[in-house]
Amino acid sequence: MFEDLRDLYQEVILDRGRKPHHGRRLETFDAQAKGDNPMCGDRVTVFLRRDDGRVQELGFEARGCAISVASADLMADAVIGHTPDEIRAMAESFVDMARTGVSDDAALETLRPLAGVHDYPSRVKCATLPWAALQAALDGAAEGVATSE
Amino acid sequence: MNAISQLGFDVTRIRRDFPILSEKIRGKDLVFLDSGASAQKPVVVMEAMLHAMQHQYANVHRGLHWMSERTTEAYEETRDSIARLLNAADRSEIVFTHNSTEAFNLVAHSFGRGVLKPGQAVVVSEMEHHANLVPWQMLRDAHGVELRIAPITDAGELDMAGLESLLGDGKVGLVSITHMSNVLGTYTPAERIVKLAHAYGAKVMLDGSQAVVHRAVDVQALDVDFYTFTGHKLYGPTGIGALYGKRELLDSMPPFMGGGDMIGSVTYQKSTWAETPHKFEAGTPAILEGIGLNAAIKYVEAIGYPAIAAHETALTEHALARLSSIDGVNLFGRAQDRGGVISFTLDGAHAHDVATLLDRQGIAVRAGHHCAEPLMHRLGVQSTARASFGVYTTLEEIDALADTLVRVREFFQ
Ligand SMILES: Cc1ncc(COP(=O)(O)O)c(C=O)c1O
Repeated sequence: MFEDLRDLYQEVILDRGRKPHHGRRLETFDAQAKGDNPMCGDRVTVFLRRDDGRVQELGFEARGCAISVASADLMADAVIGHTPDEIRAMAESFVDMARTGVSDDAALETLRPLAGVHDYPSRVKCATLPWAALQAALDGAAEGVATSE
Repeated sequence: MNAISQLGFDVTRIRRDFPILSEKIRGKDLVFLDSGASAQKPVVVMEAMLHAMQHQYANVHRGLHWMSERTTEAYEETRDSIARLLNAADRSEIVFTHNSTEAFNLVAHSFGRGVLKPGQAVVVSEMEHHANLVPWQMLRDAHGVELRIAPITDAGELDMAGLESLLGDGKVGLVSITHMSNVLGTYTPAERIVKLAHAYGAKVMLDGSQAVVHRAVDVQALDVDFYTFTGHKLYGPTGIGALYGKRELLDSMPPFMGGGDMIGSVTYQKSTWAETPHKFEAGTPAILEGIGLNAAIKYVEAIGYPAIAAHETALTEHALARLSSIDGVNLFGRAQDRGGVISFTLDGAHAHDVATLLDRQGIAVRAGHHCAEPLMHRLGVQSTARASFGVYTTLEEIDALADTLVRVREFFQ
């Protein structure tokens, strides 16, 4: 019945949405920020620990849909080991991919399963919310409100 | 359905009045279960607006020419229709607003600042739409009026003893409560609320945004002080709604917004206000929308509330029976007196994911906090999915929802 939805809900998204690998508050962290989507009530709080100018660990607490939880989890995988500048560039490409469905940025390889959201305009912000929170954490802000515009 | 057909209710015929219902969504029949957010429009509403634009349109209340006079008549006739719909004692007790939200802001401003004194209190309930909460918070912060929250029971009914205990100290000047919850479907006991509040010297405002769609409302029988509804949920256009207020109350209140149409006379030193209700209606109103709303009201009256209410009851009972028999579906609200708004969650799937999957089958439900975040906290959830019904909703559509939900559950298992 939902065959055509497999683009959006790929196996890895259902998996990570259900059982995220990084879904916890870190015991020690040096930055945290919250992403709120006031339209639907979704919220992601990101915790990160840096060392040597690189993100060493990222954990998150989320209340939200499968897309937003999976996106936060895949984001954690993708950004660990990277510098804030690299992460900001990834965030920019990611938001672009979520809107257009395509990206030639090799850094986004593991995030490609989320490209399917571009077909669902109301769901794009579910995928980008964790990235807004992460950017806010890197900027030292306490909150990042995700918007898809 | 027999009781309904005896009342002359023919849903197939009614559906023909709503052309949008034959649209296909990605090749599938549209199953529109989001009327509680905004209802679809019958052809008569579209025709009334189109007719005005094609044959009879000018600004109202200010032209001496034929077009303006005819347009004013058509627009003002809507006030009569609303007065009839709510059984107001007089047409001057009907104030046009753009929606219910504006009506709450009007009362919070004009009654709240103009009549209530700092130190007095306003009571709302735990199951209010933000429209009946945020304006009172703004009043509280600007004017020193206390805001009290009347509890609901676990079944989703207003806790009348809880309400009474909030009234005990005599400080409450206004009780503002929904007539039907847009999340739980609960009808509140309006008459008892009014009696109770009046016994403690408080005025009462009821939020009829959902209730008036399904049930006849009689503001005189209820003896309610203010009542509001919003046109777009009653099969009318967006941008038009109404506030009912008892005449002596409206007379005692200062205007809401200033501008054209609401004045008696204006000099640089001083302006005087127009009579009730015009002193609350600043600026060019939603003329075409008002004309459309008149057609919507007549459409509803022609079907008749007994038939509408019976249809809603049949749909609600069917939906509750079908949905509650699905494993993993959790229904919110078990009020004795409830109507065609049903909130639910599905174990293992977030409400947004549920809504996206249903949408793929052409089924439109709402998912989120339904502009009632504090109620979501009370219910212990962040969001729910919500199916809500209109005059055109069928039992088959509810079956489609139930059958598809079973598949949605499998998808996320
Ligand atoms: C119970 C209730 N009150 C108030 C409103 C606000 O209506 P509007 O947005 O048209 O002002 C709504 C609809 O969203 C509602 O369901």
